[in-house]
Amino acid sequence: MSAVPDSINRTVPYTARAGATSASQLGAMPAYALELKDLRKSFGKTEIIRGANLAVNAGERIAVIGPNGAGKSTLFNLISGRFAPTSGEVLLNGQRINGKRPFEINRLGLSRSFQITNIFPKLSVFENLRCGVLWSLGYRYTFLKFLADLHDANDRAEQLLDMIKLHRKRDVLAINLTYAEQRALEIGITIAGGASVILLDEPTAGMSKSETRRFIDLIKEVTVGKTLLTVEHDMGVVFGLADKIAVVVYGEVIAFDRPGAVRANARVQEAYLGSHVADAQVGAH
Amino acid sequence: MSAVPQQIEKTAASAAGVAPAITRYYEFKPFNVGRWIIWTLFALVLAAAPLVFTSSLSHTMLSQIGIAIIVCLSYNMLLGQGGMLSFGHAVYSGLGAFLAIHALNLVSKGGLAIPVSLIPIVGGLAGMFFAVVFGWVTTKKAATPFAMITLGIGELVAAMSLMFPEFFGGEGGVSGNRVTGPAPLGITFGPQIQLYYLIALYTFVCTALMFAFTRTPLGRMLNAVRDNPERVEFVGYDTQKVRYLAFIIAAFFAGISGGLAALNFEIVTSEVVSGGRSGAYLLFTFLGGATFFFGPIIGATLMVVAFVFLSELTKAWLLYLGLVFLFMVMYAPGGIASLIMMNLRVAAFGRLRELWVSYLALAATALIVLLGAAAMIEMVYHLKLNAALGPELRFLGTTLNAYSVNSWFGSVFVMLTGLGLFEVTRRHFVRQWGEIQEFIEKEIKRRESL
Amino acid sequence: MEFFTISLLNGISYGLLLFMLSSGLTLIFSMMGVLNFAHASFYMLGAYFAFTTTQVVGYWPALVVAPMLVALIGAAFEKYALRRVHKFGHVPELLITFGLSFIILEMVQLIWGTSAADYRVPGSLDGPLFTLYGTQFPTYRGFMMLVAILMLIALWLVLTRTRIGLVIQAALTHPETVEALGHNVPRVFMLVFGAGAALAGLAGVIGGNAFVTEPGMAGAVGPVIFVVVVVGGMGSLAGAFIASLLIGVIQTFAVGTDSSLLGAAASIGWNITPETFGYPLWKLKISQVAPILPYLFLVLMLIFRPKGLLGTREG
Repeated sequence: MSAVPDSINRTVPYTARAGATSASQLGAMPAYALELKDLRKSFGKTEIIRGANLAVNAGERIAVIGPNGAGKSTLFNLISGRFAPTSGEVLLNGQRINGKRPFEINRLGLSRSFQITNIFPKLSVFENLRCGVLWSLGYRYTFLKFLADLHDANDRAEQLLDMIKLHRKRDVLAINLTYAEQRALEIGITIAGGASVILLDEPTAGMSKSETRRFIDLIKEVTVGKTLLTVEHDMGVVFGLADKIAVVVYGEVIAFDRPGAVRANARVQEAYLGSHVADAQVGAH
Repeated sequence: MSAVPQQIEKTAASAAGVAPAITRYYEFKPFNVGRWIIWTLFALVLAAAPLVFTSSLSHTMLSQIGIAIIVCLSYNMLLGQGGMLSFGHAVYSGLGAFLAIHALNLVSKGGLAIPVSLIPIVGGLAGMFFAVVFGWVTTKKAATPFAMITLGIGELVAAMSLMFPEFFGGEGGVSGNRVTGPAPLGITFGPQIQLYYLIALYTFVCTALMFAFTRTPLGRMLNAVRDNPERVEFVGYDTQKVRYLAFIIAAFFAGISGGLAALNFEIVTSEVVSGGRSGAYLLFTFLGGATFFFGPIIGATLMVVAFVFLSELTKAWLLYLGLVFLFMVMYAPGGIASLIMMNLRVAAFGRLRELWVSYLALAATALIVLLGAAAMIEMVYHLKLNAALGPELRFLGTTLNAYSVNSWFGSVFVMLTGLGLFEVTRRHFVRQWGEIQEFIEKEIKRRESL
Repeated sequence: MEFFTISLLNGISYGLLLFMLSSGLTLIFSMMGVLNFAHASFYMLGAYFAFTTTQVVGYWPALVVAPMLVALIGAAFEKYALRRVHKFGHVPELLITFGLSFIILEMVQLIWGTSAADYRVPGSLDGPLFTLYGTQFPTYRGFMMLVAILMLIALWLVLTRTRIGLVIQAALTHPETVEALGHNVPRVFMLVFGAGAALAGLAGVIGGNAFVTEPGMAGAVGPVIFVVVVVGGMGSLAGAFIASLLIGVIQTFAVGTDSSLLGAAASIGWNITPETFGYPLWKLKISQVAPILPYLFLVLMLIFRPKGLLGTREG
């Protein structure tokens, strides 16, 4: 398996391309790749996200964990623009993106995958990937060029096809793939545009142990050099993949640290195990 | 499209400022013979049709078929390629027709110096203009609200046609004369055959352009919007903009069709923007098949043939049409084109021969059912609409008496027998078909692993 | 003054009729996600069934018989046709109801003919209810309003106070959960579709003789109720109520107003002649514009407030 081609990793960040000024360009302290500042979201009277704070450096791999219903997917939806936050800020490479529409955020260099597979069912695998690539190569809404002549787009789609190991299913309609293949395609579309910050929402949901192991290797390969946030439930995956872990409970980030530190964190133990057991655990050390 | 293997170097890497890591992808692109054959055949059919069907009725019908092909293909840009169900497409073809005929009249008066052959382009531009205006509001929503909005705007324009008789010509419509302006090479477009070849040329070019559209980035993203509009936003595209642009392009071709119709009939009435017309486009495009590019071509041909012939055969033709449509939606939502393609696929795997007997049996039993049902429907229509002629009517060579119990009993008996036989053959066919589909799936898997 | 009051009352009665139609449509849409293109056709069927029933037994039985017949047809359609296309998506669902509307139109023309049916207001309800400043307000209009209000109260009671209403409300948003709890959701769907059809049929019974009963009536009122549903906000009953009344009142006023921009200009001394630019627009009377007012409303709403007055659900 060849190493990840460099062209997939955009060393020229989207923000520079889009002409936006980031803090780093102004000569100030280098901006975090992704920053959440007191993010809040209410649905009606219920506040789901209650002041989330996070600061992720470029190139870090963060696992987002937490009990069910803690708001992990909602956080991803807020970051990627599916919902607009009620208050608070989301900063991508120093630039405010809260309140922007999903395609604006994507063009600035953030891409996400979905927990429930969200691909283009009636297009072939190759076409799916190519659709993910078109905007990033600047092709916009043109109808005056033929797809067959867009060599860079076609090449990139072929590369992605190899990377996610679906070259045998190049012309199969996406709806006819197996579940694991569809999940792989989902990741492929997510990284297709070369975004620098990738959000993966439960990428291994519904997979067997062996499928999960292979999938995690795939994820590691394709996200070299990128900032990665992934929601995960499988602790083995979390401790093997992540540089840091963010623990989300009741809409707040209660811990954000290296895996070892998080494991020993009392608040985290309380959240997962209940206060009695947490006290006992702390007492036992 | 060359026959040599191509070596493609990645130049994208150099854009990133990194030393290019060259990976070679060899593509073997064989000379696409199939596609050239099909397009040449299409052109030949268009050119030779009036020489095979020489009566003036045929020439009129062929002209109308050409016009219908353009508008149905443009409708399918929205329905089949974009997943946008529009109940108001006639607005754009109709307004194109109106502006075209006004332009034609201007040419006749000497106020506009363009050749008659370019009048359809005026229609196209008109359609495009109105789509720019209406389309922005229309494409703000998707799916069901979109359909309702197109209905609303269609009714708006249709109602306006009564409010502005200066533009829409009131009850009598607007007439024009296509034998006007300069006549290059002696072509005046007076005779139907001359106009037919103009229509055929436009049909070929428009079909080719619309086919080319499906192979462009915008065309492909339109498909993506159809499949998953939400995901499209997350790969960097504004879904509404994709829909809006496709809407405008579809309206352009619809307008061209309207302009050709204006030339063909030399009169445009407010019927061309009516809801009934939009409904006809929808019905026949769907019948032809929205999931394949050539489906609407079949639908358009059916539309003209039905309107010209079927309406002569029986007064109940609209009812039959509605019933066929209903069954198509339930059992063959891909239309006639999908039925053809499914059988072509079976043929490609060598299993079509076995189905011939089943198909024959299905057709025969369906015919029996149809005979019984049609006899009853015809009798009812006869009673309602031709009561003055007495209760007897001729039906396929026999005489039926709408008042006699015998006729009714006979019809019901025939229909029920046919239904029973049909059900038996249908079950047998479904078993056979299922077995063949399983076989095909296994074959595909087997070939994949080679 | 009398014009205002009478028009207002007439407008309200027309608006209530529109709401009877759009409420059934909204219910079906909210529950099943299907926009029933044939809804106005059920209205037409109700009117025609009432016409025939009136000729055979009289008007008062028709109030019960006609809606029931329409409900049966609706339920049968849901069970044998609509159910089959659920799995294909929303576009085929809309298409099949479109096909149904087409077939109903042809069958109506087949059975009752192509000209208007002589469906009359019953003698006991004919005549003025009261006279206001010399203009009469017909009894029948008052009766229409009464039936509409009673029906709506009954609907509200059923939805909020009975067990089946509770199940329906739950299935409005979470059909699978309701099914997992053991309720026969497909049967509930059939019930709701049939009930929606019955509502439309009842509207046809009381509206068919007040307005006109002819094959074109479905095509005349159909687009208006779809506009009502979009303007009110898809899936919102309250929004449909407000939009129905608004459109009903405004359109009734417009139909009775003969003034035009030309007249307005003349009153300030500005003389508009056929040579003036835009003369066709100037001479348009408001009563001529009345038919397109709902659609203008639609366009304006889409520009300024796309999700409708009280919209909650996207299409």
